[in-house]
Amino acid sequence: MSPEATTKTTYHVPIGPIHPALKEPVFFEFEISGERIIDIDVKLGHVHRAVEWASRKRNPIQILYLAERICGICSYCHPAAFTLAIEAAADIEVAERAEYLRVIQGELERITSHILWAGVAAHEIGFDTVLFLTWEIRERAMDLTEYLCGNRVTKGIMTIGGIRRDITKDMLPRIQKDLKYFKDNFGKLAHIFLDDKTIKMRSQGAGILTKENALKLCAVGPTTRASGIKKDLRADTSYFAYGDLDIDYITPEALTGEVNGDVYDRIIQRLLEVKQSIELIEQCVDKMPAGDIVSEPKIAKVLAQLKKANGEGVGRHEAPRGEVIHYVKLTGEDAPFTWKVRAPTYNNILPWIPMLKGEQIADIPIVAASTDPCMSCTNRVAIVNNGQRSLLNKEQLHRLSVEKTRRLMH
Amino acid sequence: MVCFNNGTISSYYGGDLKMLEITDLSFFILKIIIGTIGLIAFGIVFGLIYKGVDRKLSAHMQGRIGPPVRQPFRDIVKLFTKENIVPDNAIPWVYNLAPLIGLIATMTILLYLPIGGFNPLLSNQGDLILILYLLLIPSLAMVIGGFASGSPYATVGAQREMATMIGYEFPLAIVIVTFAWALGNQSLAPTVIQGISGAAEPVVLQNTFSLAVISGIPIWGTVGIIGLIGIIVLLLALLIVTPAELSKIPFDTPEAETEIAGGLLTEYSGRNLGIFYLTDAVKTVVMASIIVALFFPWNLAELLSIEDPIWLVYVLNIIFFLIKVLIVIIFSVTLIRVAIARLKIDQIVYTYWLWITLLALVGLICIMWDQQMIVSQWNFLDGYQPIVSYLGL
Repeated sequence: MSPEATTKTTYHVPIGPIHPALKEPVFFEFEISGERIIDIDVKLGHVHRAVEWASRKRNPIQILYLAERICGICSYCHPAAFTLAIEAAADIEVAERAEYLRVIQGELERITSHILWAGVAAHEIGFDTVLFLTWEIRERAMDLTEYLCGNRVTKGIMTIGGIRRDITKDMLPRIQKDLKYFKDNFGKLAHIFLDDKTIKMRSQGAGILTKENALKLCAVGPTTRASGIKKDLRADTSYFAYGDLDIDYITPEALTGEVNGDVYDRIIQRLLEVKQSIELIEQCVDKMPAGDIVSEPKIAKVLAQLKKANGEGVGRHEAPRGEVIHYVKLTGEDAPFTWKVRAPTYNNILPWIPMLKGEQIADIPIVAASTDPCMSCTNRVAIVNNGQRSLLNKEQLHRLSVEKTRRLMH
Repeated sequence: MVCFNNGTISSYYGGDLKMLEITDLSFFILKIIIGTIGLIAFGIVFGLIYKGVDRKLSAHMQGRIGPPVRQPFRDIVKLFTKENIVPDNAIPWVYNLAPLIGLIATMTILLYLPIGGFNPLLSNQGDLILILYLLLIPSLAMVIGGFASGSPYATVGAQREMATMIGYEFPLAIVIVTFAWALGNQSLAPTVIQGISGAAEPVVLQNTFSLAVISGIPIWGTVGIIGLIGIIVLLLALLIVTPAELSKIPFDTPEAETEIAGGLLTEYSGRNLGIFYLTDAVKTVVMASIIVALFFPWNLAELLSIEDPIWLVYVLNIIFFLIKVLIVIIFSVTLIRVAIARLKIDQIVYTYWLWITLLALVGLICIMWDQQMIVSQWNFLDGYQPIVSYLGL
């Protein structure tokens, strides 16, 4: 044996692409020494479904429903961002009441998503009782979604220029009843997650993302806010009706007075956001003006208008996982000339590396889950040549990006 | 009266062993064979039933319906009909042998346990020290099987299993030594023994590590108030050791499903996995039976002073024993595993080496102090007596 072979103390542990800790395929290759993580390599591209390509022959209204299927949990925020992009590209007005209804839908999705995440996080640390408890609460959020949209998962609620379903007066008691249920159970959830000894043992000090790293690696959403960065699109800009609502940045400081950027802080962050979302829905219900819910109810007219439109638009929406960006360019054709999606998980992949380095194997599931990754949102590229997968380096990627931008610009 | 099995006591106290009276060797061998088969059947059937009850109960605690109680039997049937896959980079003979060794060792323990009011089948051939060693073997078999399966997850799991074993063995040993010590001390206090056994003459205990002796003299009857606290502390320590012994949450790091995908068992499938499944079921019964034998050795028939018909005595004792085992399993496995999250391996070792060891030592010290006050001359509390004497038993 060579000296290197005998002195080598680290070994490789592959996690993924299919692994019980991961809800979607992603491939981690860990270099481990004992139980400590020395180095990590993250490989993506296992769930590339060519959604953008599938849009090439569809008109914007059809793409709306395609965008909904980018992700199962963010089935509102992708159409929302796409609608914002189309409205910006074609200068389409939005009914005022719809702006409030859009906020309600967005915040309801945030509640559902964050409670789902809380259950998954509990499962990752082997606390299945909390998984079932949180999902029982989530079930009410799903029922409310069904009541408001007619569907539980793919909601089909967004449309260009407004929203497809109104909330009438007789629906308000049910909404208020459910919001009260969330509020009552919020205390219970907060007690379990913030006071339980074993959850604290597993989450405090695990997967620390410092403020510097969060800024440097452009983390978004709860992941970055849990590191103490006040970055929230709802407060930064004023899309939908957020400008008229009382909304402020939330960081874990609000509860604990300090920011550590660990998994525990990300749990606090999401719980506080659930509370914030409940309050935002209540505000919307109070302030909602009467009126139409869509500026142009005839879809054929909207499509005709879009066909004449020439321009580009960017839609940004604060999804449960962070900022989602859609870019659309219209060139007077049926289908948009281009449609580009950037999901929040894309930004939250690189922060995994500083979070996981130096941690134990046991921390991998909870730390990886703590950014609430959504791989099928993120995967945009898979390079396969004659059945062989290949990797692109930074220069090649940069060259390809420049080429693509030029193609879009001309 | 304090309950004990008169037959047991006489065979130990009289000094002449029952076994010597048996001249018919073939009858002895027949008894061992039939007894072994019976105990193994008992261990497997009730191990699986308890597993089903545990799953059903934990499901209800988590707000689920859960599988039917007979689900573990279906699992076993299914696993044994499935293909048994041996990975390419495994060492086949070690990989296939490990589950068998684990199951055989676990079943052997059953022969040394007093079950359902009966004396241990091999009561004179082995004691608690042997059981301690036998309890190690299934865990070691899993470690060996894990290393032999050549998967990185199994390797990590095997390392964790070894660390966990190192963690819980020490408090477990303290509990068992305390019992033997306390009983050994009893022989210094003939009045106590005489008092509870009704023997005419002071007697000397043969082997205080023997489970037949320990369950013959319930420890609760021999201690004062300090000793009582000591026993409760020891019981607590043993109840917390049990989930680690059985690889249950929060101490299931060697198998941690979400971390290392089943760890030790990652590569196991079909018959081999079924054998590990059985081992787990039988080991649950074994651990609970040890706790019952140490802490709750009473028999219902004697509590109710029923002596005949003899079948009624057996039936009552067995049912009472099964209920005791069920209660121990509910407290040490079901309740703990639904109430807390999985710990990390360093936290487990820390917990056992520091807190549980301290707990067990506190129990040991309490009982030593208590016994000294009862037995020796430096009894500075006047009239410090075993609690039973206050109750007028």
